[in-house]
Amino acid sequence: MLEVKNLKVFYGAINALKDISFNLDEGEIVALIGANGAGKSTTLNTISGIIRPVSGKIKYKDQDLTKISPPQIVQMGIVQVPEGRKIFTRMTVYENLEMGAYTIHDKTRVKNNIDKVFSIFPRLEERQRQMGGTLSGGEQQMLAIGRALMADPLLLLMDEPSMGLAPLLVEQIFEVIQNINQQGVSILLVEQNANMALSIADRAYVLETGQVALSGDAEELLKNPIVKESYLGG
Amino acid sequence: MIKKFQNLNITWGTALRYIAGIIVVIYLLWRILQTTSIQGSYGPDTWMRFLITGLVIGGIYSLIAIGYTLVYGILFMINFAHGEVMMLGTFAGYFVLEAFAAISAPGSGNQNMSLLNTYPVAALVITFFVGASVSALIGYLLEKIAYRPLRGAQRLIPLISAIGASIFLQNAAQLLFGPQRRQYTNPDILWRGTGWMIPVGDKSVMLTYTGTFSFILSMLLMAGLLILVKKTRLGKSMRAVAENKQAAALMGIDVDAVISKTFIISGFLAGAAGVMWGIHNGLFNHYVGFIPGIKAFTAAVLGGVGNIPGAMVGGMLLGLLESLGPAILGIDFQLKDVIAFTILILVLIFRPSGLLGETLKEDKV
Ligand SMILES: Nc1ncnc2c1ncn2[C@@H]1O[C@H](COP(=O)(O)OP(=O)(O)OP(=O)(O)O)[C@@H](O)[C@H]1O
Ligand SMILES: [Mg+2]
Repeated sequence: MLEVKNLKVFYGAINALKDISFNLDEGEIVALIGANGAGKSTTLNTISGIIRPVSGKIKYKDQDLTKISPPQIVQMGIVQVPEGRKIFTRMTVYENLEMGAYTIHDKTRVKNNIDKVFSIFPRLEERQRQMGGTLSGGEQQMLAIGRALMADPLLLLMDEPSMGLAPLLVEQIFEVIQNINQQGVSILLVEQNANMALSIADRAYVLETGQVALSGDAEELLKNPIVKESYLGG
Repeated sequence: MIKKFQNLNITWGTALRYIAGIIVVIYLLWRILQTTSIQGSYGPDTWMRFLITGLVIGGIYSLIAIGYTLVYGILFMINFAHGEVMMLGTFAGYFVLEAFAAISAPGSGNQNMSLLNTYPVAALVITFFVGASVSALIGYLLEKIAYRPLRGAQRLIPLISAIGASIFLQNAAQLLFGPQRRQYTNPDILWRGTGWMIPVGDKSVMLTYTGTFSFILSMLLMAGLLILVKKTRLGKSMRAVAENKQAAALMGIDVDAVISKTFIISGFLAGAAGVMWGIHNGLFNHYVGFIPGIKAFTAAVLGGVGNIPGAMVGGMLLGLLESLGPAILGIDFQLKDVIAFTILILVLIFRPSGLLGETLKEDKV
């Protein structure tokens, strides 16, 4: 479904991605784990088209995403839940969801999607008239995920959905992610919480300073002594 | 001494600002005291006249101020060429009216009856539309040519570009249209200096047609803008881009297109204000955008730059302060500009976030 090949990205003089290659099959949950600054967010943003690589290809359904605009990438079904949620704090919950469906012009489809999101997150329905900024951290993460679901994703790019959440909430969010995946949405999951990520992922790649250091089945990586020591807290 | 200040959590910078502010306030109070004793009292009719003037000019300031605020809200820069955007709208409206006045109406039988006075309403609608559209186009080009290539540069750099663009547009207008003062030709139904006489006390005050018309139109345009920003797809995308460009782009919003449209809307309102200025005041030349531009900037700062209702309130408030202020303070009416700039300085010293407060969040850049 998605094939990333020899991706190389610079921020000015900083070489954030040196050589990243990986792939994701339809229906999979693939995790990208790695330390701060390894290049995980950069990878997702390059797939979303808001950062352009110096070289390398991102193949998705026989097309090269590096040559396609961000709105078109969203329309092709690749939607990101950004790091730190980045919900619109000065817009209502309802408006945030509408923004998620920005590329959909059919009003009834938007309405249906809002109902769908409300059935996954009833809390958002209660808060629909509230400003996004007044939500709690957990609710904001729900809103960020709900907003991404509004665009009818086929592939969801999730950047650290567990960041800053209490353990109980993290469990809930991961359950939601698994449910979304069971509805047929493929998921590329970036996490610092490697334990959680590996427990729900099919496969995983370990990034280190802009390169893939390790890859394999999630279960195997969970047992891998190197991974254990560096990413699972020994 | 230094220690004391530190205990109070006041730095030398803020202390200095407060001292400067207090001096200004004391000076103003002294002027008031000094002049109230001499000042002959004004009758209610005079106050009424000042009030009307203030509301009319306030509406024009508000329309221009919205442009500063919209652009600041999205790009965090002050578009110092905005006054010139308005000026070109004044010119465009003038030429449309001239054209209507020059053509005699077909089939009217009367050779002296111009198109302007045969179809005054249509002529005015077209004049406003063309004036506003020309300014909208200038605003669009301004962003594309002078600001977009500098996106991502330090904040001071587009500001310098804005000042350069302002000087360029002013000189271009002078070259194209000449330095002479021109006068708007209004249709007879909106002739300057005519209006309704409303009795106030034992005297009466004229409510001019041009003033009433300007005020109502500015209110309608502002209401339209509020609806646009609040309810429409474009308005929501503008708010999304203003808050977080990266998140907006990830939603599939074309950020550059939204920025362009913001400049188009800002220009459109400034152009309408420019035509109002011409219709209401008559005389203008290529400098016409300068003073209203700075006044509207003051109004935007007064209301809290980046805050749309703030710009509206700030504009009205500034218009009223300017027209009532000299009478209240008992100073010469020529000094009304001084009032505006005193307000600007006071707000920047004591409340840089404006009266309605800052609506912008921490991730400003
Ligand atoms: N806008 C930017 N400008 C310059 N350098 C950047 C920018 N964004 C990221 N970088 C650098 O690129 C490298 C990769 O950053 P990236 O955000 O992709 O890491 P990450 O793996 O997502 O880290 P984290 O776990 O902290 O989110 C880092 O060295 C970072 O400092
Ligand atoms: Mg990151």
